[in-house]
Amino acid sequence: MSTEANNEAARQANAADTPEVSIVNIFVMGKRYQVPAGLTIMAAIEYAGYQLIRACGCRAGFCGACSTVYRKDDEQKLHFALACQTTVEDGMYLVQIPFVPASKAKYMIEDLKAEENTILSMYPEIARCVSCNTCTKSCPQDIKVMMYIQNALRGDIAKAAELSFDCIQCGMCAMRCPADIKHYHVGQLARRLRGKYIDTQSQDLKKRVAEVEGGQYDKEIEELVGMSEEQLRGLYNKREIEAKKKKKEGE
Amino acid sequence: MDLLYYPGCTVKTSAKCLETSGFAVIKALGHNLVEMEEWNCCGVVASLTDDDLMHHLAPLRNLIHAEDQGQEKIVTFCDMCGNTLKQTNLRVQESEEDFDTLNNFMDQEEDYKKSVDVQHFLEFLRDDIGFAKLKKSVKKPLKGMKIMPYYGCTMLRPREVAIDDAEEPTILADLLKALGAEVIDTPYKIECCGSYHTIEQKDLTAKRAYRISQAAKDAGADAIMLSCPMCKFNLDYRGKDAEKIFDGYKQIPIYYYTQLLALALGLDVENCEFESHTVDPIPLLKEKKVI
Repeated sequence: MSTEANNEAARQANAADTPEVSIVNIFVMGKRYQVPAGLTIMAAIEYAGYQLIRACGCRAGFCGACSTVYRKDDEQKLHFALACQTTVEDGMYLVQIPFVPASKAKYMIEDLKAEENTILSMYPEIARCVSCNTCTKSCPQDIKVMMYIQNALRGDIAKAAELSFDCIQCGMCAMRCPADIKHYHVGQLARRLRGKYIDTQSQDLKKRVAEVEGGQYDKEIEELVGMSEEQLRGLYNKREIEAKKKKKEGE
Repeated sequence: MDLLYYPGCTVKTSAKCLETSGFAVIKALGHNLVEMEEWNCCGVVASLTDDDLMHHLAPLRNLIHAEDQGQEKIVTFCDMCGNTLKQTNLRVQESEEDFDTLNNFMDQEEDYKKSVDVQHFLEFLRDDIGFAKLKKSVKKPLKGMKIMPYYGCTMLRPREVAIDDAEEPTILADLLKALGAEVIDTPYKIECCGSYHTIEQKDLTAKRAYRISQAAKDAGADAIMLSCPMCKFNLDYRGKDAEKIFDGYKQIPIYYYTQLLALALGLDVENCEFESHTVDPIPLLKEKKVI
């Protein structure tokens, strides 16, 4: 566990260490721990003394590394969450999923075409979907997972990309699917195809890439690489924010 | 009239010409097909196993989506979609126990209220519009075209969901007559096309396509008219393969009924998207002066 993570756990614990804060019972891989209510699952596991080596990443709900499965004491159904985004509740039986084995199609995006059967040819198993919707129920991002697979199946790449846009690749869908579909890879392919072949290309981006490739920023990058952390921080804090600048001009 | 339309995946991918020509037809007849806001795969093959309810989830979800849109009827072009949707609809009507199990499994959806009727587009033409009335809309009769109507299996079986008699169907023949074509009848009109054997046993399917098409030719037909995208693929694409197996054999063109209907209604040939066919259907139409 990094110092930062330690501090974070301590900070959350301290904040919770006031008389009115109650203690909840959680179970980490079957063992009971008493932790202050209000902690995230991740902070609670660290509070209980575990060091997170895997199943922990950005701590900000973006990287999808900390997918967690839990069941509450008296409930029939499983729940799915990101450990860094969900607070502990009394009676949670928790397990962290450190890694999802999911085969991924190999392709060169340049060699593909955005056609009706492109995704199906890369991931033929999407035709096995029985619309049970278990994937959707297991998504901590509340994405309509089954519907984007269905859109991929019928060749609607743009819609599959749109519906899967909030995916953080945690892989819970693929772990739960009775048809062994690797949903999150399918969604990623849909978004890549849409970005490359369907959406209008941004002219600004094209221009900027040409500038970068032409070496226009090489010198500036070299200067940044040579700077100390302090210099970098100073520069960052003084940076010009385009939106703010425009607002000022507008006023 | 606005009709709620269930497309299915095939008409969005390999059978686009069925949807395009069907849409042209419905518009010409003064109606409107409105695609369902949300739909999933129909389930493809209706499971006949007593305890296999998992495969009824997909069709049931579609029926619920139709109810969500406040509609009591969905219309579909695809025979297989129509079949699975109808079979599941029937199953939940007949078995309260299966219905409960399915509803309980889905839990997050509204329970199905069993209010939706599934209609094949051919049924809409026959029962809601009527072939006699349709005949009056024909602007370009298919004069001189000798066509074998081909039914396949999924619009006729099982009997409980069939849109016509399973052994002696007439719906496509009646439509052909209304369009002014000459109907060539053979017992092969209800032979199986080979269905999904087309994936693993291409030769077997090619041979079936040959038997069916050759029977049509022997009886004097110039072409075959059908409805099912699966049958269309096997008779058209695998039928072309059969040319390599049977010396001197030439596959006859395969038409969707929506395409011939579009032409008979005087609509532009563009609506038929014939370029997606394997055996070119255009020369025969030119020869018979339909286009």
